[in-house]
Amino acid sequence: MTTEALIWLIPLPPALAFFLIVLFTNKNKALSHTIGVGAAILSWIASMIVFARALGVEHLGEHPFKSAVNWLPTGAEWFRVGVLIDPLSAAVLFFVSITIFMIFLYSVGYHNYGQPAGDHDHAGLPPHGATVTEHGHTHVVPSVEPMYSRFFAFLGLFAFGMYVLVISDNLLTLFVGWEIMGLCSYLLIGFWYGKKSARDAAVKAFMTTRVGDVFMLLGISFLYSATGTLSFREIFTEKVLHVLQTVPSGVFGLSAAGLIGLLLFIGTVGKSAQWPLHVWLPDAMEGPTPVSAMIHAATMVSAGVYMVIRMFPLLSLDAGTMTVIAFIGTFTAIFAASIAVAQNDIKRVLAYSTISQLGFMIAALGIGAYVAAAFHLVTHAFFKALLFLGSGSVIHGMEHGVLHTGNHHVDAQDMFNMGGLRKKMPITFWTFLIGGFALSGFPLITAGFWSKDEILADAFGHGHMAVFITLAIAAFMTAFYTMRQITLTFLGEPRTEEAKHAHETPWTMTTPLVVLSFFAVTYGWLGIPEHFPGLGGILPNWFHDFVGHTLEHVPEAPAFSWVPLLTSLFVALGGLFFGWFYYRNVKSAQEDVFQIGVLKNKWYFDEVYDFLFIKPAYWFSETFVSKWMDKTVIDGILHSFGIATQWTGEKIRRWFDLAVVNKFGDMVGYGTKDIGKGMTPIQTGRIQQYMLAAVFAFLLVSLILYYFLTAA
Amino acid sequence: MDFLNTHLLSLILFIPSLVALAIFFLPKNEIKLIRWTALLASLIPFGLSIYLWLNFKADAAGYQFVVEYDWYAAIHSSVKLGVDGLSLSMVLLTTLLTPLALLASFNITDRVKAYMILFLLLETGMLGVFLSIDLLVFFVFWEFGLVPMYFLINQWGSANRNYASLKFIIYTMGGSLGLLLGVQLLGVLFQTFDLQTIVTEWNSASGALLGFPISSVKAVIFWAFVVAFAVKVPVWPFHTWLPDAHTEAPTAGSMILAGVLLKLGAYGFLRLVLPLYPAQANYYAGALAFLAVAAIVFGALASYGQTDFKRLVAYSSVNHMGFVLLGIAAAARASGTTDATIALNGAVLQMFNHGLSAAGMFFLVGVIYERTHTRNLKEYGGLFPLVPVYGGILIFTSMSSLGLPGLNGFISEFLVVRGSWPILTAYTAIAMLGLFFTGAYILKAIKNVLHGPLNEHWAHGEHKMTEINAREIIVMAPLMALMLVIGVYPAWILDVINKAMVMLF
Repeated sequence: MTTEALIWLIPLPPALAFFLIVLFTNKNKALSHTIGVGAAILSWIASMIVFARALGVEHLGEHPFKSAVNWLPTGAEWFRVGVLIDPLSAAVLFFVSITIFMIFLYSVGYHNYGQPAGDHDHAGLPPHGATVTEHGHTHVVPSVEPMYSRFFAFLGLFAFGMYVLVISDNLLTLFVGWEIMGLCSYLLIGFWYGKKSARDAAVKAFMTTRVGDVFMLLGISFLYSATGTLSFREIFTEKVLHVLQTVPSGVFGLSAAGLIGLLLFIGTVGKSAQWPLHVWLPDAMEGPTPVSAMIHAATMVSAGVYMVIRMFPLLSLDAGTMTVIAFIGTFTAIFAASIAVAQNDIKRVLAYSTISQLGFMIAALGIGAYVAAAFHLVTHAFFKALLFLGSGSVIHGMEHGVLHTGNHHVDAQDMFNMGGLRKKMPITFWTFLIGGFALSGFPLITAGFWSKDEILADAFGHGHMAVFITLAIAAFMTAFYTMRQITLTFLGEPRTEEAKHAHETPWTMTTPLVVLSFFAVTYGWLGIPEHFPGLGGILPNWFHDFVGHTLEHVPEAPAFSWVPLLTSLFVALGGLFFGWFYYRNVKSAQEDVFQIGVLKNKWYFDEVYDFLFIKPAYWFSETFVSKWMDKTVIDGILHSFGIATQWTGEKIRRWFDLAVVNKFGDMVGYGTKDIGKGMTPIQTGRIQQYMLAAVFAFLLVSLILYYFLTAA
Repeated sequence: MDFLNTHLLSLILFIPSLVALAIFFLPKNEIKLIRWTALLASLIPFGLSIYLWLNFKADAAGYQFVVEYDWYAAIHSSVKLGVDGLSLSMVLLTTLLTPLALLASFNITDRVKAYMILFLLLETGMLGVFLSIDLLVFFVFWEFGLVPMYFLINQWGSANRNYASLKFIIYTMGGSLGLLLGVQLLGVLFQTFDLQTIVTEWNSASGALLGFPISSVKAVIFWAFVVAFAVKVPVWPFHTWLPDAHTEAPTAGSMILAGVLLKLGAYGFLRLVLPLYPAQANYYAGALAFLAVAAIVFGALASYGQTDFKRLVAYSSVNHMGFVLLGIAAAARASGTTDATIALNGAVLQMFNHGLSAAGMFFLVGVIYERTHTRNLKEYGGLFPLVPVYGGILIFTSMSSLGLPGLNGFISEFLVVRGSWPILTAYTAIAMLGLFFTGAYILKAIKNVLHGPLNEHWAHGEHKMTEINAREIIVMAPLMALMLVIGVYPAWILDVINKAMVMLF
């Protein structure tokens, strides 16, 4: 099969899986997950073949795999859509297909496949456990998810959306994948829709990202009308870019490129949960943990970053837009990190960490560090998916403990209820440690170090000192909250009875952890800078060479400097050390000095937005538009027409119909009658009288005639 | 076959009426017989429309399958029928939705005979508007369609039906008065009602008319036409009859009302307003765009503000049809450009798409209303576990309405936005606010109906919510299939529309 044909086929298996499960196999759990995981494997294999072939092409950047078909007729022309695998999409396809496959597999264990159905489980609520009797005594075990099949169907649809996004050769189908993922995100955050919190989080996620999406749609429309195409390779030609750069947009003094870039970037702000549209991502943790790992860490939120990397040649044309991007990214990185420090829910820490790390990537893009951003995108996907799956494994283990003690008031996600889990869950612990160290940027070994170091080096090397310092502080905080998390969760002694009875999770869950931790370490070695002291040059800087060639002009790596290197060493090791040093002795949340109100309450953004936007929107639509404008004003005018017509009719009836027309009619009628009545006395019936009257009448008429005739 | 080819359009147009006449002679207690006769008979025009679609030559300019019958020779009016790419897609939509609406009406038990007769007459009325290329006959069908719909709302509607049906018929008729005068004037002026002739001669007319400069006269009649069609679309602020009429109409009535009747207005803009008044439309494009954007934004906001499920869906029509008018306004401003063609493609496809999604949404509201006898969103809650199949269908259809990429609504909305952006930039940007709130009201409906803690009232006993049944799924299946097909591969229909738009404007 040609590579192009294969690329077209990549998204299909998960889409088919979705339809098959929804339409036919939703009653059969085993068949459904077989179809789901099978589809993920097929797509993974296809992706790997494509990736391998892409590696084999020299100058893939100039000669990518591409193929397109006519899709929409537009006057005399056609809008064409197609697939494109260039170095960037090949690199993304690699990690996307692996994480998707791993998360499908993980979901089998996470949703307790093979366990009995729950005693009181309902569709729409998380399973509560089942009572079983074994060897004469009863105990409670985890129960299987009631909507097990549905979960795999949604995951399939999601995977379809992600693959479509990655292989698209144009912005429109990228947007299609983008939105399909948005729908799946909504459906999966609200997977346990019976919980009010999950339902509200789902709506919040969809609506917040939609703010970005409508701007992005405008950006797409603008770009399309300005260039006549949405295909990446047609836009990124010098001629088209030059036009975009020189034509003014008429807004804020930006060039067309600047405004388009800004509009598209707002889409990313929504999708990648950047400040000020970050509020949905923490709440999205209401979804099952595989969803958090896949959608809200590895793939969908990364899609926002992927899009800006994709559009980099366009975005980088306008300095103003780039400054905005750099600012948003940098601010988000430190802002979200500050919140992560004060969170106690194991998944929420990771959620804020994700926002912060995405901020790193956006900041890197904003300062022009194209390759560094892409590199961090990939490494982050591996270690953050690993961390989320690890946290899911921890929660699962803790829930085991909760079922054992039967005390359902214990929050299985609160880190202050954990502690000492390293002994109970060794695989989870070691893999989580690897993921955490990668996130913190533990020097030399982990992938996170290499990618984060590259961002810092770029910021420093290109003279963006404000960005450099802010990101360095954010990186310190990252290491700190990560070690806080590891210490609270795994180190020390169990703080609760439930933690004592935690249990390692089944192989379907631990295998993905091991696989992902492999990449969380080794992937970094593919991007060691050439001039790195000691290690540079031993392995070629493959990532830079490969992905850098996506652009026409391969970006220069900054010259080596000790300042950023020492900084990243210090912030990573320092943050880790202080995190461990402080939290090894903290027994409960009350003792934690970082439980500061403003951080704990996420800088009060939810409250502010509620006051500024949500409440006014309710009022405006319910009261102003629907009650006041439509029902009172417009209908009022209509009714007044009706009333006026009725009034006029009434008046016409009274003053004309009754008074004039009827009176006249009556007059004629009654008058005739009255005259007739008045005549009755002469109707005597006597012939003599009639004869006499006739004679008089004859004389009268004769006289009149005579008068008139002689007068004439 | 020869007869078929020469009389295809008249067959499509009059078969429903003939069947209505036949049903008139059926015994009124044979409910099953009447239902099935109506349903099966309504499939004939649908089959013929598919035949028409397959034999239609998209590349040929002008009207095809033209037939002409003498009608009112004294005033030079004849029943002249013909289709082009624009009317063809509307005919297909009408003949597709009518059988589905009839199938949806199988739960009607009260005066079935009269109901079915009215419904079939309604189909003829609607088809007549799309098929006529004689202005007077166009107007006759335009008004004719109102009568059956009035009775459907008035006799089979819900509580507030008298108010709603009266508002519907008075408003539409009142709006059409100017149209009637305009049509008369044109007829007297050119001694013919043939649309093609009038378009050519009217556009080359110059000098004075009735003692006024012709451009002033044209401006006045332009607005008379616009008001007539704007009421029907409906365009803000002429829209308030719609939530009442839709909400009170029986389910199938709402399906047809939203699915087809609203399209008559938009069709009028495309068939008459733009060709007859290109200069005026160009001049007033800004005003039209303003009204369109007001419809988009206020329609979405009003929809979001509803607590009645059916009213919410009704207002969504105002929102969606606003995009049709926005595309038309853009085309009026920049007639002949690629941008205009794209905007028109979007507008016409949006008409078709809205026909599918609105009909589907109204039907689904009907399904749940039949089981719960309430439309109050606050009284549902967490029904998803009780009705998983219904829930899935509702989410699917809602997403089509929301304009989710991958389904039909996105394609048309994108094309309208793309086409309008370079022409009416500010208006298009403001319209995005409406697009945002489209998401808000759709999710509000899903949130209240399906999600959240289960309202136990519907879980047990006599109120137990039952799953959507096979008949109802059959009604939804073709709609959903088309939503998906158009979303994934729109070219099959868009190509026909596109060619028609290029040739027309």
